[in-house]
Amino acid sequence: MTVPQPHGVACPNCGAPVRFLWAQAVQTTCGYCRSVLVRRDLDLATLGQQADFPATGSPIQIGTKGQWHDQRFVVVGRIAYGWARGKWNEWHCVLDDGASAWLSDAQLEYAMTIAAPSDFEVPAVMQVRVGETYFWNDTPYEVASITEARYLGTEGELPFTTWEKSACLFIDLLNAQHGLATIDGSDTPPMLFLGEYVTFDDLRLRNLREFDGW
Amino acid sequence: MVAPFETPTARVPKAAGFNCPSCGAAIELHAQGWAVSVVCGACGAQLDATDENLKILQYGEKVTAQPRIPLGTRGTWKGAPWEVIGFQVVTISVEDTDYSWTEYVCFNPYRGFLYLSEYQGHWNVIEKLRRRPEREVGGARPTVELNGTTYKHFQTATACTTAALGEFPWELRMGDRVVGRDFVAPPYILSAEASDNETTWSLGTYTPPEIIQKAFGLSKPLAQPIGVFANQPNPHANTPKRMMARFALALSALVLMLVLNVTLAGNRTVFERTLTSSRAQEEQASVTDAFDLDGRTSNVAIDLESDLDNDWLFLVLSLINETTGETREVTRQLSYYHGADSDGSWTEGDKRETVRIASVPAGRYFLRVQAEGGEPGRASASYTMRIRRDVPHYGFYGIALLALLVPLVLSFLPAASFESRRWAESDHAPTSSGRSDDDA
Repeated sequence: MTVPQPHGVACPNCGAPVRFLWAQAVQTTCGYCRSVLVRRDLDLATLGQQADFPATGSPIQIGTKGQWHDQRFVVVGRIAYGWARGKWNEWHCVLDDGASAWLSDAQLEYAMTIAAPSDFEVPAVMQVRVGETYFWNDTPYEVASITEARYLGTEGELPFTTWEKSACLFIDLLNAQHGLATIDGSDTPPMLFLGEYVTFDDLRLRNLREFDGW
Repeated sequence: MVAPFETPTARVPKAAGFNCPSCGAAIELHAQGWAVSVVCGACGAQLDATDENLKILQYGEKVTAQPRIPLGTRGTWKGAPWEVIGFQVVTISVEDTDYSWTEYVCFNPYRGFLYLSEYQGHWNVIEKLRRRPEREVGGARPTVELNGTTYKHFQTATACTTAALGEFPWELRMGDRVVGRDFVAPPYILSAEASDNETTWSLGTYTPPEIIQKAFGLSKPLAQPIGVFANQPNPHANTPKRMMARFALALSALVLMLVLNVTLAGNRTVFERTLTSSRAQEEQASVTDAFDLDGRTSNVAIDLESDLDNDWLFLVLSLINETTGETREVTRQLSYYHGADSDGSWTEGDKRETVRIASVPAGRYFLRVQAEGGEPGRASASYTMRIRRDVPHYGFYGIALLALLVPLVLSFLPAASFESRRWAESDHAPTSSGRSDDDA
């Protein structure tokens, strides 16, 4: 199936061709000049240029494919964050049914989450403390960690724009069944993502980066 | 729907070398992008691995501790390759005595981190858990439930990093303290480490040194374990279960034998007669009529029932084969006394007895009876003799049951002794045995 391409499929900054992999992409990054591009009704607008793109030790890359439960997915974008223990990525994955999911790789502990329905109640991030319990889908989640993160850069296609964002709080909550909830405090109201920790083997990843000597 | 899309597979080159900003020695980063700190092998400086200039976190002293598995060693665990990239010595103090163990950080660029720990030859392979236990129960003996298994609290202690080498996925500084709580369900150990902002749980699996040596391809055997470790599986744990199974088997065989014995035993009465022993004719024996004992070679029971009343009687019974003259002699004393005293009424002895003679072949027999003794005042005593052929016997089964019970009871001892050695090292040691005995 062909993804409908917007008018002006060239980077407004350098003229390189920009090809969308995902029809609902709102933001992408020019692979040549690293301009962050936002899709408007008819054309692309340049928001600005990213500095050095952060290298991480992740084996995942744009184009990596895998499986989550009964759905296949492909990685189309990423947001890189920095925190006290270095960096991690949130990889933007598109599932078979067209929905967005996020694969995080902090310390190579993989977790898959999906945005919760908008009517789910989310606490204000500044009120949350480690050890507290919140309920979603009648399941108790315990606050495991509160992380201060900063945006290091983006790559590929994203379902929202990130250009104006710089720092935010991430809150991770765990339940007793490998379940994970993440509150992303970069927006008001904060966004809630629900999902689970998954093992490397569970994801059956293909088209990974290869490491010399491994 | 996503359009078909492939990027050429990127190959990530080996990490570039760095130099220690403290002493200039070469440093290689293996977990680049994920290591948070690295300790220089030459000068012991603790460096920030997330900083491209390896900013110094803390100057150090040369590390003298020798890892049993050298840094850089590649091993295989559960089918995946792992490289040992970090090593630290952790010390706890219990009642003014320091106990130290070592921990190893292993890395795989796809799978992240795996940990090993070693204390006096006892190894654990440890994975970080990304879930909470389902239940925590406090009290004098706290427990934690994970995946349906109950873990018993073993020890809570403050652990301090006293030496380190290589890379770590956390910011390591010498003297770092964490409060660790250990819960055990051999061969597993569930540990909670609490720092300021986070509690992390990890699950260790007790692993014999031979398995570690093989997994990491070490040429020299690792030291054998000393003593009993918190989550070491009890080697005798299955002995009672095994003995119980054997006992059950033997018991059912015994019951089967008993049932067969009772059902197959003929228990035929072949002769019955009432005799009167006159004290005047003492020493004179009487002889019964002949009777037939048929069937297979089997036992004979003689039931004696007397009318003794504060009297006694001594009987010499000879079972004589009419044809061959072969004689089987048994004796039995019958006595029955009763009365009343300050404690109330009493009785002693029994008017009835049963005498058994084993293994009597078939044939025609008679019984010669000689009665002796008795209270001087009594003129006579009468008694009935009933001879039964092929009688079930119960006494053997009681003795056999006892013989079976003894090894069963003994089989519990080694397992119990192992458990008491395990718990002697915990926060829940019985107060009677002091820690000072442990080194003895």
